[in-house]
Formats: sequence, C-alpha cells, structure tokens
Amino acid sequence: MPNQLRSAVAQALSSPVGGGRAARLASWLAVLSVAVFFLILPPLTARAAVNIQEVKSEKGITAWLVEDHTLPIVTLHLVFDGGTTQDPVGKEGLANLMIGLFDEGAGDYDSDTFQVQLDDAGAEMSFDARRDGIHGSMRMLSERQEAAFGLIRLAVNRPRFDPAPVERIRAQLLSEITTNEREPHAIAELAWRRRLYGTHPYSRPPEGTRESLARITPADLSAFHKAAFAREGLHVAVVGDIDAKALSARLDQLFGDLPQKQALAPVPDVTPNLGQWTLVAYALPQTSLQLAFPGIGRSDPEFYAAQLINDILGGSSFTSRLFQEVREKRGLAYGVSSSLEGYQHSNTLVVTTSTRADRAAETLDLIRQVIKALVDTGPTAAELEASKKYLIGAYAIDNLGSSSSISATLVGLQLDKRGIDYIQRRPAFIKQVTLDQVRAAAKKLLSAEPAIMGVGQRLGGVP
Amino acid sequence: MLRAHLARRCPPIHFLPVRATRKQQAQNEGQLTSARTLPIAGSPQPKPSTNLWSGWLRGTLFATALAIVTTAPVLAATDDIKATNFLLDNGMEVVVIPDHRAPIVTHMVWYKIGSADEPPGKSGIAHFSEHLMFKATAKHAAGELTRAVAEIGGSHNAFTSYDYTAFYERVAPSALEQMMSFEADRMRNLTLTDDVVNTERDVILEERRLRIDNDPEAVLNEEVVTTLWQSQPYRIPVIGWMHEIEKLNRTDAVAFYDNYYRPNNAVLVVAGDVEPETVKSLAEKTYGKVPRGPDLPPRDRPSEPVQNTRRTLTLSDARVAVPFFSRHWVVPSYRTAEPGEAEALDLLAQILGGGNRSRLYQALVVQQGIAAAAGAYFEGTMLDASHFSIHGSPRGYAKLADIEAAVDAEIARIARNGVTTDELEKTKERYVRSVIFDHDEQNSVANMYGSTLASGGNVKDVEEWPDRIRKVTADQVKAVAARYLVSNHSTTGYLLPKEN
Repeated sequence: MPNQLRSAVAQALSSPVGGGRAARLASWLAVLSVAVFFLILPPLTARAAVNIQEVKSEKGITAWLVEDHTLPIVTLHLVFDGGTTQDPVGKEGLANLMIGLFDEGAGDYDSDTFQVQLDDAGAEMSFDARRDGIHGSMRMLSERQEAAFGLIRLAVNRPRFDPAPVERIRAQLLSEITTNEREPHAIAELAWRRRLYGTHPYSRPPEGTRESLARITPADLSAFHKAAFAREGLHVAVVGDIDAKALSARLDQLFGDLPQKQALAPVPDVTPNLGQWTLVAYALPQTSLQLAFPGIGRSDPEFYAAQLINDILGGSSFTSRLFQEVREKRGLAYGVSSSLEGYQHSNTLVVTTSTRADRAAETLDLIRQVIKALVDTGPTAAELEASKKYLIGAYAIDNLGSSSSISATLVGLQLDKRGIDYIQRRPAFIKQVTLDQVRAAAKKLLSAEPAIMGVGQRLGGVP
Repeated sequence: MLRAHLARRCPPIHFLPVRATRKQQAQNEGQLTSARTLPIAGSPQPKPSTNLWSGWLRGTLFATALAIVTTAPVLAATDDIKATNFLLDNGMEVVVIPDHRAPIVTHMVWYKIGSADEPPGKSGIAHFSEHLMFKATAKHAAGELTRAVAEIGGSHNAFTSYDYTAFYERVAPSALEQMMSFEADRMRNLTLTDDVVNTERDVILEERRLRIDNDPEAVLNEEVVTTLWQSQPYRIPVIGWMHEIEKLNRTDAVAFYDNYYRPNNAVLVVAGDVEPETVKSLAEKTYGKVPRGPDLPPRDRPSEPVQNTRRTLTLSDARVAVPFFSRHWVVPSYRTAEPGEAEALDLLAQILGGGNRSRLYQALVVQQGIAAAAGAYFEGTMLDASHFSIHGSPRGYAKLADIEAAVDAEIARIARNGVTTDELEKTKERYVRSVIFDHDEQNSVANMYGSTLASGGNVKDVEEWPDRIRKVTADQVKAVAARYLVSNHSTTGYLLPKEN
C-alpha cells in the first residue's frame, strides 16, 4: 500500500522536521519524521519515497522506522557495539562462536525446539560478528510477528549456550579454520592483517585459531553476551509492515530488559603499517594483488573528497581510471577496483586485482603509474562532475531498493552518527567539494608508499 | 547455526565482477555497487553470504531452491506486485512487474541463447559475445552506456548461463527509455574490430583463471559436470575451455551475434516503479523499431543416453585440508518432467538437504556429529534435463567414506519409507514464505520471470508454481527419490588433500 507511505510522506513534509507533528503524538511515543525523496530524480517521477521515523519506546529504546505495508513482511536490523575486537587475548573467535549459537537454544527451549519454533513462526534470524559490532538481521511475516518477536526476544536476552551445540558449532568452525590453513589466499589474509595492524585487536583472526577456539568455555560465551548486549550500545532499524506504536511496544519487548550499560574493553585507534610487502608464494596461474593506502574516517571533513577520488580511481568499476587502463585497454584483469575501507579505529583505501602470473609485475607497475598520475595532476573537472553525479544517484539505487537494504543502511547511518535527515543532506556535501579539495585528497591518501600483498608466483624484481 | 560456506555450482557468469560486500564492513558508505549489505541467513535455510547471485537463480547448493520466485496466489493482498505480459509486433516478449515501493526500475533483456547453444569447438562464445555487447555500436562509442548509467547513479551488468544470456540496468524510472534505447541499439548495431575482440578475449581468459584455474574445487567441479553429461551440451563449461577460448575470434563473435541477438529471440523484463502501459509504449518506441529476424530453429539438442555406471573423479591438491565430495544425477527439469516430478524433486532437495532442519544436516551434522557440512540441491529451471546434487565434508576424526555412507543411508531411507506429512507440509510452508520474502528484491522477481521465459517456460509456470508445490504428495517425493537417486548410476567428485 504505497498510498499509505505517500500520505505519510506528505504529512511529514507539511510539518517541520521534529516539530509540531511529534508534539501531537501521545506520550508513549516520540517520533521524529523525515521524508527522503530520491533527490536524483526529477520530481515528477518521485512516486515513491522513504519516510524515516525515529521511534522511542517507553523504556527509552530508540529505533529508526520505515513503515511500508506493500508486503506482509517486517525486517529488523540491529547492532550491538563491540564485535570481534572484544575477544579476550587468547580467546580469539569468541564473538564468532557466540553468534553461531543464537538459534541453538534460548530461554526454556533447547536447540531443536528453538529451531522448530522459529521455523513454525515463519521467521528468519541471522547474526554476524564484525570487527566493531555484532550485527543481527531478522525478517518475519507480519501476521505471525507475535511468535517471531517472542523468539527473537529469547535469543537476544537468554541464549543458552548448551554444551552439545557449543561443541558442534565449535567443531564446524574448527573445520573452517583447518580449511583456511592450506589455502594461499586465506594464509595471505592472516599475514596481511598482522602486518597492517601489529598487535592491535584488528590484527587478530575473527574466527580464532585452533588453540584459542579450544579454550573458549560456555562461561566465556555468557560473559561476552552480558558485556555486549546492553541498551546503550544498541542500534536498531525496522522496515515494513508495522507502525510506530506497535514498534515501540516491540522494542521494549525485545530490548527493554537488557542491562543499561555495556562493559567493553577500550579499543585504541591504529594507523596501519604501510610501506611493506606481504608475499605468499604459490604456483598459481593467476596472481592476486592488493595495495593499501591511508584511508579516511567518515566523520572527517575531507571524507567526501576522498570518496570522490576513490570513485575516480577505481570505484564505479567501468568508468574508473584503473578499470580503463588495466582491463579495458590492456585486458590484464577481469576485475580491478579500489574502495575506502572504514572501521571505527582505522581506515584504508585498498586497491585489488588479479592478473596472469607472467604479467603480474607489469600490472602492479601500471596500477602504480595510474595512481601517480592521479596524485601528480589530479582528476579533471569532467571526471569530478561525473563522479559527483554517480555518488549522489547511486546512494538510493544501491541502498534503498529493498527492506533488507534499507534497514541495514539506516543502522549504518546510526553507527556513523549521521542524523536522521542525512540522506537529504548528503547530496549537498558531495556537490560542494571542489577540484582543489579532491586534488588535496589524492595527494593525502595516494602519495604514501602502500602496503602491498601478492599471492601467487614470485614477481620479478620484488623483494 | 552457521552460514553455509560452500557454493558448489557455477552461477551465471557476469560481465563485471559482482562485488561481494565485505563482511566486516558495517557502514553503508563506500559500498558503491552492492545493494545487499547484509546476508539474511534464514534460520531453516541458510543463505550463503552476500554476493548478488546468492539470493537468486538458485545459484548455489544451499537453500537456493527457495529463491524461486513467483506471484499472485500467496500475494493476494499485494496486487501492486503482479506481472503483466505481452508481445511486440517483432516477436519480442515483454513482462512487467510493477513495484512502487522505491523509485527504481530493473530493466533486463534476456536472450534465449546460452553456452549450450554454442557450435562445436567454440566453447565460451556465448559468454564472449556477452562481453562484446559492451563495445561500440554504429551509434554509440564504447562506454557510453556505462557513462549514462553512472551519470544517474545506476548499476548495470550482464551474465551468461547454459540456456540464456541477460543484460540489465538498475536505474531511476526516468531513465528507462534511455536504457531501452541503448539496449535496442546494441541488439543489432555492434561494430567489432579485431583489436577490441583481442583485448576482450584476454579479459575473459583472466576471468577463467579467476573462476576456475586458480581454485582446485572449481577445477574438479568443471570435470565432474563434463562427466555427468555424456552427450547433452551442459557438459561444456559456460566460460569455455581455455584452449578453445584462446582461438575465439571476431568472425566467430559476429556470426554468433548475428544469429541470436534478435528481438524475436529476446525477452524484456521490467520490474519496479513503472506501469505496464508505460513500458509498452516505451518498448514500442525503442525495441519495436528493431526488425524481426529470421525464425530461429528449435533448440533441439543432443540428449543423454541411459547411464549404467557409477562414475567417479578425484582431485588431490596441496591446498585442500578438509576433504569434500559431491554426487550428481541427471534428473528432469520443470520443462522436461512428467507432471509433478520436478515439484517433487524441489521438495525432496529441501527435505533431504535444504538448510539446518533437513535430514542430512540433522543426521550427519547434529545427531551423528560426523559432518562439517551436508546438503542437497536441485536445479529446476533448465531447458533440457537437469541435475540433482548432494554434498558433504567430514569433521573431527570422521572419514569422507563415513559421510558418503551416511548420506546414502538417508537417501535410501526416503526411497524406502518416504517422508512424513509434517516435514512435507513444513517444507511447502517454507517455499510459500520464501516467495513472499523474495518479493522484497526487484532483482529476484525479475530474474525468476526472465530465467523461466528464456528457458522454455511462460508466465503461467511462474504464477502457478506455489499451487503446484502445494499439490505434491509424500508418495511423489518418495517415488522421485527411488527413481533417480540411485548411487550405482551417479557421478561423484572427490576433493582430497594431497599427502606428501
């Protein structure tokens, strides 16, 4: 029923953001409502729009909501701050093991009963342990939300960590670790992390090691859960067939009984060690290359200039300089790209490609020439203009196309402390970047001697 | 539950790398190409991580049959998302699936031509032609389409499979006409030079090294497929064999292009924020101007002889630490099956090995504790006969032979005793649910119609599918297990560590 969505948009637009409309709402609900039209488009085509509301529950849990009743589905995305950086030294893999156990028994239900109940409820639930947070994704049929929310509540609040599932999931993870031990790219990835991050938590393998995984006890799992699953480190976004009032009650049901404070170990910021090589020699027909340059944080004023220079270098695949030079003109690779990899405590700009073994040295040299040219003379005004248009338009098309992607995007915005009206403000941030600022960003990020990783046959002339 | 970590089957091959979202990347900024920012790993149906093809086309062994998308019956409440189809005067078929939730359209052109239609000795020419479609035409220089797509922040790509080749753009609705005009132009007006063809051939050789030659599992899988099919052209890899790709040239590409890139061999699928009438008038203005080509001969391909043996292949490699096996059988597809058989195979694949409530997972991973992974998969959408596969790998001290024996025992149990009403009904329920969930993604819906129509099916096949699934009986599931999953007539690949 997009009509409902559209009228919500109209309503939101008729009152100032966060103004009179919120004041009219009952006391149980505080709503900050922002309509995000797809700003790339001529107004006549903007039949649909995304209307983001901020919902605050009685117990003080906040979530962003996009209400849309087109499909009978509710999608929820949550993040608890922390993540694999919180694994204690010697118990690497703890967060990853924990998230594998959230549907293996909770509350009064053992593993089997919980899974049968979840299936009967028509709900899907998954968790992911990333560096800076535990991410959870759920979706359910709205007509069966009562049962689904009840089970998610149990998983979030009262996971059981029973011995049998703990040992089973541990054995499966051990099998993955074993698989990676002989795989050259996996070996290289581990070595690369250690080289870049030294002793920082980012250097450690998120899946753990044979030894660290073996050391983890059910008590460790409970302790991690207790320390990380608290209200103050929680971020939530919900999309779909649910209104603000109903969501408010659901937020208290799911999260209202969690402790207020997280107990996280502080994680320092880290500057990656660049200017060095990681080589994993193996007689492969194709060599993988990866180059890491300094990156930039999302809250940095120069972030948008950096995003533009990344896009011009190797971002939007086909039009980028790297793609043109490496693939289109010379056929040296199927894929070549660059991306800004932003984490809470460290940032890099990473270039990756794979090329035939006998031309790997030539390809690496070419990539470095392309980068040098961009640093020396900067992008052209036309390149900058094209890149601005791409970055402005692609946001909606890439991030707001489905309930799942919208909810993940909205949580990302909360993590970045962007504000609920960010999607509206973002085009202006990109538009105002000047050619000089982009040139400065190119110099700042790409002048450095990168860290380089190669996996494959030895490159000629490489130390 | 763990997310499935193994994708054992060749997905369609894309023109541009489909960038998998980095698992650690929490934030949305910087993810320039992928709309999927998080794996939605379903509880009963773990979906393998994040790349574009995991969610659709059943491109992987796990869970993927659930990605079959269809429409009306389960979505009575959502008339907004319902397909309309019609034919242009030049023979081009059109399907429109409106979805007004976001101002985005997915515009796809599917050609009824895939690797299984290639002339002998020219393996890879279908995929090569797909790549060459991004080169210059008489009207547009190479890269103009890409720049037009980038200008509005859209995304585009193309992919090739056994039975079809497809091109798509995901853009704002206001750009739909422009995209149609680009696609209509390159359907007939490519101007290929030797230089362009030679450089692009190097690109696809790199693509082959990346997908196949660098990976022992892919190397084994390629030969398993070639052995499973003795006569039917599905035996030839979509990407092509190295020695044949190396010899493909401009003449081969032009001949292939001229034969098959015609409106009467194409299906237009548009999903998203647009009305069928608009699509119709825009399509008539653009595609409608392309003259109809000669009628194409029927896609009659060599078919399989009866199999009388158990075929096995083994690859030992120093990069393998945990052994793995997969077993495959030739079975009918939706197009070739007797009524109800393909539906029964879909249900069998799920009950036997679809996700963590399946028999294989419960018996081998949970109860016996001998497997790290075990599952089953059936590919139903094929023009000719298709395949059913199972796989497993051991954990701890278990041997690969233990896993194999346990898998065989589970198959024999179904062939002998059938499946329970409870598991049959729950599996049907999951399919119905997955259909609803899949409507969240324009791509999933568009791909389902496109792949079905390009491999011999029609809109009705897609729409009636949930009802056809509902009608399957426990006896039918038992019957297909007994009839097709016979280990003496199978093809098995073993991936083993190389012992020094």
